[in-house]
Amino acid sequence: MNVLVVLIPVSLLLGLVGLVAFVWTVRNDQYDDDQGNAARILLDD
Amino acid sequence: MTAACPACVAIPDMDEIVPSTGLQFSVPTIHCAACIGKIERGMRDVMGVSTARVNLSLKRLTVTGLANPEHIKAKLTDLGFEAHPLDIEALNTARDNVGRKLLMRVAVAGFAMMNVMLLSVAVWSGATDATRDLFHLISAAIALPVVAYSAQPFFQNAWAALRVRRLNMDVPISLAILLAVGMSLFETLKGGDHAYFDAGLSLTFFLLIGRYMDHRTRSAAHSAAKELTALEVYTAQRIKGNNTQTVAVSDLGVGDVISVPTGARVPVDGLLLSGHAVIDRSFLTGESAAVDVRQNAQLQAGEVNVGAVLRLRTTAVGEDTSLRRMAQLVETAENSRNSYTALADKAAQIYAPAVHLLAFLAFIGWMIFTGDVRHALSVAVSVLIITCPCALGLAVPAVSTAAISRLFSMGYLVKHATALERLAETTRVVFDKTGTLSRPLITIPETMTADARAVVKALAQSSNHPSSKALETALSDTRAASVRDITEIAGQGMRGIWRGHTVRLGRGAWLGADFDELGVRIGAKTAEPFETAEAARKGAVEALQQLTIPSEIITGDAEKPAQAFAELLGIPVTANVRADEKLGWLQDLSDRSDYVLMVGDGLNDTAALAAAHASMAPATALDASRSASDIVILSDSFADLPLVLKISKLSRHLSKQNFGIAALYNCIAIPIALAGLATPLAAALAMSASSITVLLNSQRVRYA
Repeated sequence: MNVLVVLIPVSLLLGLVGLVAFVWTVRNDQYDDDQGNAARILLDD
Repeated sequence: MTAACPACVAIPDMDEIVPSTGLQFSVPTIHCAACIGKIERGMRDVMGVSTARVNLSLKRLTVTGLANPEHIKAKLTDLGFEAHPLDIEALNTARDNVGRKLLMRVAVAGFAMMNVMLLSVAVWSGATDATRDLFHLISAAIALPVVAYSAQPFFQNAWAALRVRRLNMDVPISLAILLAVGMSLFETLKGGDHAYFDAGLSLTFFLLIGRYMDHRTRSAAHSAAKELTALEVYTAQRIKGNNTQTVAVSDLGVGDVISVPTGARVPVDGLLLSGHAVIDRSFLTGESAAVDVRQNAQLQAGEVNVGAVLRLRTTAVGEDTSLRRMAQLVETAENSRNSYTALADKAAQIYAPAVHLLAFLAFIGWMIFTGDVRHALSVAVSVLIITCPCALGLAVPAVSTAAISRLFSMGYLVKHATALERLAETTRVVFDKTGTLSRPLITIPETMTADARAVVKALAQSSNHPSSKALETALSDTRAASVRDITEIAGQGMRGIWRGHTVRLGRGAWLGADFDELGVRIGAKTAEPFETAEAARKGAVEALQQLTIPSEIITGDAEKPAQAFAELLGIPVTANVRADEKLGWLQDLSDRSDYVLMVGDGLNDTAALAAAHASMAPATALDASRSASDIVILSDSFADLPLVLKISKLSRHLSKQNFGIAALYNCIAIPIALAGLATPLAAALAMSASSITVLLNSQRVRYA
């Protein structure tokens, strides 16, 4: 069970990385235009 | 790119250069990826543009750099897009901060829920003693701060309701979250078996998602409605000595002299200084014909100048104008709407006391039978958690979100939170006539020669009179003749010289003819009349045929045009109704327990719009009418009106069905909880299963 001392902090850390990444996308206005983002992937330039 | 060096840009006129804060344009016809590419590429060629970005969801273009708005607009028109510059002040450029905060709370709750759920799985699969206590402690360390942060919207709403001694859905939700976390903390510290941290967190997470979706669809409708306001200009031309300066309407004082250009709206109340003027009062009174006024006549804010440029001396500004007085009438009429109890709150008023009483009885019962306070308390709390406030909390928002976004794509902006529910209850539709159901229509006689048509077009083009606008539309295929010296004779018509002949377009009497309506006279030939009538708005006839509830027209227009128009549509009409009489009419109807849907656009309709059980205004309506109404109709056609009513009825039906589903789950879950057999695992299963069923059921509103 000693492995938990490592595994629990690691799993929490990975979750936190995901959370921080999400907060970054929100602050970057990446959810302001969902239809536009869906359409832009079809643009060539 | 031309903006690598802004200083290199030739600067034509300092006043028109906009600093790099950004310009916004509403471009309603953007609809696909190709449009985005075309516009953004095109903008690179415009002098002074440093960045250009299209927002497809809002159908808006944002441009930064030192560009001239006129050039950008011209470029957009070249590219084939209709564009309207937006007033950034009115648009309130501050980003959607509420939505962003909600999204952050969702993310934090989601993160916490995933981690705690993982720890809970370990506990459920048989962790015991010290390991279990450790897992519970870590869960508590994650859950407590997260609940304190993420669940704030529920706590705030619940507190706001409790303070005025009312119950809403957030009260049982807040209580369930707080009790789940509180009891789990107690159990954890005592080294107990069951902790409900995952239930408390998933409740927060699911409900926040519902709340965010709800906010998002409504803010999309709101920002589109705000955009309409931003299209209106709140400036006036003040004349001081020989100078004319543009000032904000709010800066005008009593006694100022202002000039009102042709086609513009009179911004304040005042006395006419010019000799005469032609004004369109249809927004204020519903009259379809333009009126002639003489010097010293009283003009009111909201009237439209359709004649030559006029000058007036201000007699009332700001709060004192008749426009504002009308707005105050609206505020008093709106009270009835604010006291409307939403379906979710009605459900909460039944559900909350029942469940709380049940939990209390469970506590008493277990106390009497076992005498174990801790166990009795844990049973009572598990009853509260397992009764699924989650599915109940989602029952209404899930349906209304789906319905509002469907209506949004049909061109109907739902502005008010309870608008759909009230719309579903309506039993009668009352329409305004001028501008709402009708459009001026003039038919050109078949026998009229091509030359005459060309002359009429030339004369009509030079005037802003509603009849001229209608003539222009009727003659859209004709090329205008070159007519010289066109002058507008106020109250009579237009005069000009064509191939040496005097040509006149105007009232029959002025032309020297024996008819009274609008006509044209070329040289010494006999005058020819036009047939004038009012045409129904696109889709109005079909919509009225399909409506299953009675409808009628109430208008401020005169008896004759009103009757003629009503015959066209085949519904009853009442003419010569003033603004306050409209309000009284609606109140009479509601006294006879008729729930009225009011559809109108003018200032004379605003009070009625606010007082009606539900209300709609077309996008062309006055700002005041739009803000008084629940729903703004962006599309030009009324054909979808019956479908909108149908969707509103369906969404009420589905919301009730969702409550039924939640109740059904409770029928199974409550006995288990009362028997003291509920475990955190059972609570998690019941919550997820019922929430997902409710969410899926709600999507049916999209396919009706």
